[in-house]
Amino acid sequence: MTDICSLSLSELARGLQAREISAEAATAACLDRIKATEERLGALLHVDAEGALAAARALDAAGPDPSKPLWGVPVTVKDALSTKGMPTTAASRILEGFMPIYDAFVVERLKEAGAVLLGKNNMDEFAMGSGTDNSAYKKTGNPWDPARIPGGSSGGSAASVAAGQCFASLGSDTGGSIRQPAAMCGCVGLKPTYGRVSRYGLIAYGSSLDQVGPLTRSVEDCARVLSVIAGHDSRDNTSDPRPAEDYAAALTGDGLKGATLGLPAEFYGEGLSSEVRDACMAAVDAARSAGATIVDVSLPHTDAAIATYYILAMAEASSNLARFDGVRYGRRAADVRNLADLYVRSRSEGFGQEVKRRILLGAYVLSSGYYDAYYRKAAQVRRLIRDEYNAALSRCDALLTPVSPVTAWALGSRNDDPLQCYLMDAYTLSLNLAGLPGLALPAGLGADSGLPVGIQLIGKAFDESGLLRIGHALEARLPRIGMPAL
Amino acid sequence: MPQEISKETVAHMATLSRLSVTEEEKALFARQFGDILAYMDVLAKVDTNGVDPLYSPVLHASAMREDKPERRRSREEVLQNAPERDEGLFIVPRIV
Repeated sequence: MTDICSLSLSELARGLQAREISAEAATAACLDRIKATEERLGALLHVDAEGALAAARALDAAGPDPSKPLWGVPVTVKDALSTKGMPTTAASRILEGFMPIYDAFVVERLKEAGAVLLGKNNMDEFAMGSGTDNSAYKKTGNPWDPARIPGGSSGGSAASVAAGQCFASLGSDTGGSIRQPAAMCGCVGLKPTYGRVSRYGLIAYGSSLDQVGPLTRSVEDCARVLSVIAGHDSRDNTSDPRPAEDYAAALTGDGLKGATLGLPAEFYGEGLSSEVRDACMAAVDAARSAGATIVDVSLPHTDAAIATYYILAMAEASSNLARFDGVRYGRRAADVRNLADLYVRSRSEGFGQEVKRRILLGAYVLSSGYYDAYYRKAAQVRRLIRDEYNAALSRCDALLTPVSPVTAWALGSRNDDPLQCYLMDAYTLSLNLAGLPGLALPAGLGADSGLPVGIQLIGKAFDESGLLRIGHALEARLPRIGMPAL
Repeated sequence: MPQEISKETVAHMATLSRLSVTEEEKALFARQFGDILAYMDVLAKVDTNGVDPLYSPVLHASAMREDKPERRRSREEVLQNAPERDEGLFIVPRIV
């Protein structure tokens, strides 16, 4: 029999519904895979083997349920998502030992759909980072080369999916944190339109930017998971009222035939490595041969997007992270003198350096005297960026761009200069400013590094169906990279 | 926009943020913030005359609901993660 862990989610779901594979066998296979690979990968902060097996056995006892699209499918979620009765830390010391009393909306949805939750994925502390090397607990290795970063901040999710530890994971994306690790680990990652997926129970970083989305091994798998987690939730006021669609059902026909794809010149300039550029151009050629029309578009404010994004994200982070005060939950410093001392010492002991850096810069750009020059100015540029995206997308069905300018770098090789790290997010973060959906998919292995290269499709707001349909057609024409030999 | 960030400015932001920073961190952050804010100056070159700030990309109107109290969690659940508690209350150090 084939190795269960090398199946796609869609293949597994069919096997489970047909009773060819039991839920317990699928869960046990993932737990074995975790046991065999986790020492090298460090993709998980918590594994609930007993709970997962018990849940799988209960499903088997009741029998397959065709109304549950993820019946018996083993999944993991990023540790920024609340899981009732399962530790949730956002990879920060300040939440060490925290036990949520409720499930995030998306975790409720996974469970209702019959998924089996295996555990929680490592991440950059509070989702602040691009390599999952900024976790307070451990570093995660890239399944293609464990001496390299898996990307971040949802790097644990991407590593688990790519290594076959699970069939799907949920990450969060504030400026690329689903798409960039998906690209670096060779899997599919989707940041849905802002408002498409409820953030209820997601530990907030930048609330006007944050969105939850799936990481999977195929576009079809991604569509199946999105159908489960999308939809309205009154507990998140930014959740859009329009109902979810059956995104997998939309993957019919050839999404490239007659499609128009835009290439924004600003995304193919200085700083892009030749192997990533070549992979993008090969994808463009494949799309053209399949009948797509390629047009040049322009996003002139791209060079201002990084500054815009970091000002807004840091401002929102400094406000969001004020809730960690050592009073109601989380870490409390010992032997404090008074209440003010309790706040200061609990926070200073609990937060890592990158988190402190962003809180302090956020406080700076919001402080009187600088608010207009930084925060308000950035919000004005944000509108210009969104308007020019909408203008570009009025001329085509999707934009095709790189995800990251480079493939996965060696662990520890880029930690010294925060500004240089921020610049690596150039191709992903402007979508979050505009609220648009972005799909990362593998485009082969880089000619120089031999590591996965991802490409990004950027779609119109709430047109996830169209975006996934184009992605599905393109995926079929791109080189298959298979699974890493671990 | 100022690009020189002093250690005193870093210390002031730390006070506002209820964080303590070591002397080493003050020097490190002052240097890094100077670099980062100098980079942010790219925004000053963008003409935003008459442009309304966009603070959220939400497309729908905020939903309203009845202002009715609702008990979603028990007191026990709410206190479950408290570092220190007593008789159904969060305990903090003496304030006055």
